Amino acid sequence: MLRAIVEPGFWGSSAVQLAAAVGAVTAIVAGCVGVFTVIRSQSFAGEALGDLGAAGGSSAYLAGIPSLWGFLGVDVAAAGVMELIGIQRARGRDLATGIVLGAGFGLAALFLYLGTIYNNTTGVTVTVLFGSPFTLTPSVLPLVAAFGALALGAIVVLYRPLLLVSVSPELAAARRLPVRLIGALYLFAMALAVALSAVTIGAILSTALLVGPAATALQLTRRPGRAILVAGLIGVGAMWLGVLLAYDSYYWSSSHHGWPVTFFVVTLVLLAYIAARARPARGRAR
Amino acid sequence: MNPVFSGFMVNAWLVATIVAVVGGAVGFFVVLRGSAFVAHAIPNGSFAGAAAASLIGVNTILGLGVFSVGGALGIGLLGRRGRHDVATALTLVFMLGLGALFLSFSIEYAPEIYSLLFGEVLGISANQLAPTIGLAVASLAALAVLYRPLLLSSTLPDSGQARGVTPFAIEIAFLLLVALATTMTVPVVGTALIFSLMIGPPAAARSFTNRPCVAIALSVTIALVVVWAGIALSYQTNWPVGFFVGTASAAAYATGRAWRFARRRHGGH
Amino acid sequence: MTAELLATDPPATSAPALGVEDVTVQLGGRTVLDHVTFSVRAGEFTGLIGSNGAGKTTLFRVILGLQQPLAGHVGVGGGGRARGDIGYVPQKFLLDPDMPLRGRDLIGLGLDGHRLGIPLPSRARRARVEEMVEAVDASGFADARVGQLSGGEQQRILIAHALISRPSLLLLDEPLANLDLRSAQEVVQLLSRIASEQQIAVLISAHEMNPLLPVMDRIVYLADGRAASGPVEEVVRSEVLSKLYGHHVDVLRVHGRVIVVAGTGHDEHTVPELAADGPGAVEIVE
Repeated sequence: MLRAIVEPGFWGSSAVQLAAAVGAVTAIVAGCVGVFTVIRSQSFAGEALGDLGAAGGSSAYLAGIPSLWGFLGVDVAAAGVMELIGIQRARGRDLATGIVLGAGFGLAALFLYLGTIYNNTTGVTVTVLFGSPFTLTPSVLPLVAAFGALALGAIVVLYRPLLLVSVSPELAAARRLPVRLIGALYLFAMALAVALSAVTIGAILSTALLVGPAATALQLTRRPGRAILVAGLIGVGAMWLGVLLAYDSYYWSSSHHGWPVTFFVVTLVLLAYIAARARPARGRAR
Repeated sequence: MNPVFSGFMVNAWLVATIVAVVGGAVGFFVVLRGSAFVAHAIPNGSFAGAAAASLIGVNTILGLGVFSVGGALGIGLLGRRGRHDVATALTLVFMLGLGALFLSFSIEYAPEIYSLLFGEVLGISANQLAPTIGLAVASLAALAVLYRPLLLSSTLPDSGQARGVTPFAIEIAFLLLVALATTMTVPVVGTALIFSLMIGPPAAARSFTNRPCVAIALSVTIALVVVWAGIALSYQTNWPVGFFVGTASAAAYATGRAWRFARRRHGGH
Repeated sequence: MTAELLATDPPATSAPALGVEDVTVQLGGRTVLDHVTFSVRAGEFTGLIGSNGAGKTTLFRVILGLQQPLAGHVGVGGGGRARGDIGYVPQKFLLDPDMPLRGRDLIGLGLDGHRLGIPLPSRARRARVEEMVEAVDASGFADARVGQLSGGEQQRILIAHALISRPSLLLLDEPLANLDLRSAQEVVQLLSRIASEQQIAVLISAHEMNPLLPVMDRIVYLADGRAASGPVEEVVRSEVLSKLYGHHVDVLRVHGRVIVVAGTGHDEHTVPELAADGPGAVEIVE
């Protein structure tokens, strides 16, 4: 029966193993960071950083620099600008994110245009925006591990103050916590996590793994620590199942055309969220 | 005659004007409702519809329309209870995932992504004009009809509800309005540009006035200035219009913030 | 079971502005409102007093038609419920400080905000808005950005917003909750004046009755979903409230202020069923 689900060569394929490994690491990092993203209602910032990173990555690629640095540089810069515009209310924050995104897209349009003139390459945006875990090279692993550890480390260090600041900024301020600073540090950690995901598995999956599993986990439990665990599990599960389905899809039609991993993972993440939402409302919070 | 105003450029000017008017007007409510994410998600997600349309061989606008409306409804239904930004994010990535799927079936579509993201204002053909104008008129008419309940529900939802204006119905109506404005503008100016126009000019406008009707008029005016400057500069330098619009919108927003800051310092309100 | 004290005025000939009859609501298996009956006449200032969770908000929702009762009936203006007949000032409202909306504009929305289309500027409309602005003493700040006003000022704008459609009933949900003492007193005086000058029935909910004592004509005291209504001196008595709560409570009067104190629990009376014709019973007279 296993053979019906798993097509031949799956376990032995190095591309699959790499995809599974990188996917798992990014899912865990994204799930951890994402719980705070959802609590703080900063999904837009997470998504914008993914898009901006992709634009930065493609520009860097055209300039001959490895994409990763483009992603990282742009994301950190964008996070800095968003923080400088510095509005604390959620609505104003989304507006600031939007402005930065709009300007960023404009710059990206310019760089891409200049790039296509000087380099005569087209279609860069697509590959960078969508990305595919199956096209990763093993050299990416150490970087993924390093940056992933960095982002996770930041969250671990900031955990308690970040939680208080996210849930009740007024209470945090009353306790003399540097609300703005913590918010900024969190934004940078998120920029790191997003850049990492976007460069390895694409901007779309980056957002999906950041928001989806965390939101699903928060529907299932109120405790942030547990939510982080559950988010990581859901993320890894969705990632691995997605990789499996994408691999299998090569064999579904005679044309041997595989469906992208992105599609499967995103759909699974969405289904998980809908399923968690569909549960009958609990009488009292745990 | 200055080539900027020559025959084929007239279309570009006309379309740009229409887009600025619709973007600036609808954008007033986007900013009022704090729906910047939605204004980004619906156009960006709808590109999957364009990809699907090119696969099946159907008119692009139809594909855009279906997916814009689908995205709007998805966001509205998913966000009905629970976090709104999560619903927007998940609906967006799902549509993008579908787009990735459709793209994988046909490689020829890839270069068009650039134009869908950033638009080809300068390459507008005459036969795109009519449907664009038609949809623009429809968008503005819808906005006019919804104006009062939309304003009431966006500012005092409980009071509105007590008078029979259901917040959920208004939310759906608003999302569909954004979808309509998007469908019309994405083929001509791209997703990034319409998004900038729906955010920057309205955000700037409200810094300069405290009356809603004046704010809308100002928002449209700023949008027009931004777009016209964008076209003129793009024509001169050959740089993409999206660059000028994106940065000009940000500049307008910054100006508005600076103005408010200065007034507060000098005891204004 | 509910109790309405013997009315000291002769029975009125016209229908009350608000009639709540035998309303029962169950939410999540709990009886939130239990056969609540009372009425409010035009020009009367009535306080709906009860602690948090006593059912005040649910009762308001039933009156507004947002919640269907399991049993019972609500009548506004003598007939059924006509939507435009109730002016409502919600408890929570968030007015964005950056919103381009003057107090004057918000008041205008109370007139026709629920109708489709664009408001056509007319002298009559402007005059009506100006009349409301003066009625709530808001001339000094009606042209300022409404989101930047103080809590008390916003409260007055919202009262004008609720009044402009000339309702027969004005509902205010905990209007004093976030106001300082002075603002609270001003609002109470304003509402009392409006009630008598414009012959509007005013129903205010609060968890603390003392600020309202100077102006309250009648009180509806809500405890655990059961209600007692009538003039203050007759309802706020130890015997009446004890029956309502189902255990002994003391009512103390200190310097003109009323304090309701729960009993020690030593003496456990079984509460006699409140019957229409038993000894010590209270009658419903309207």
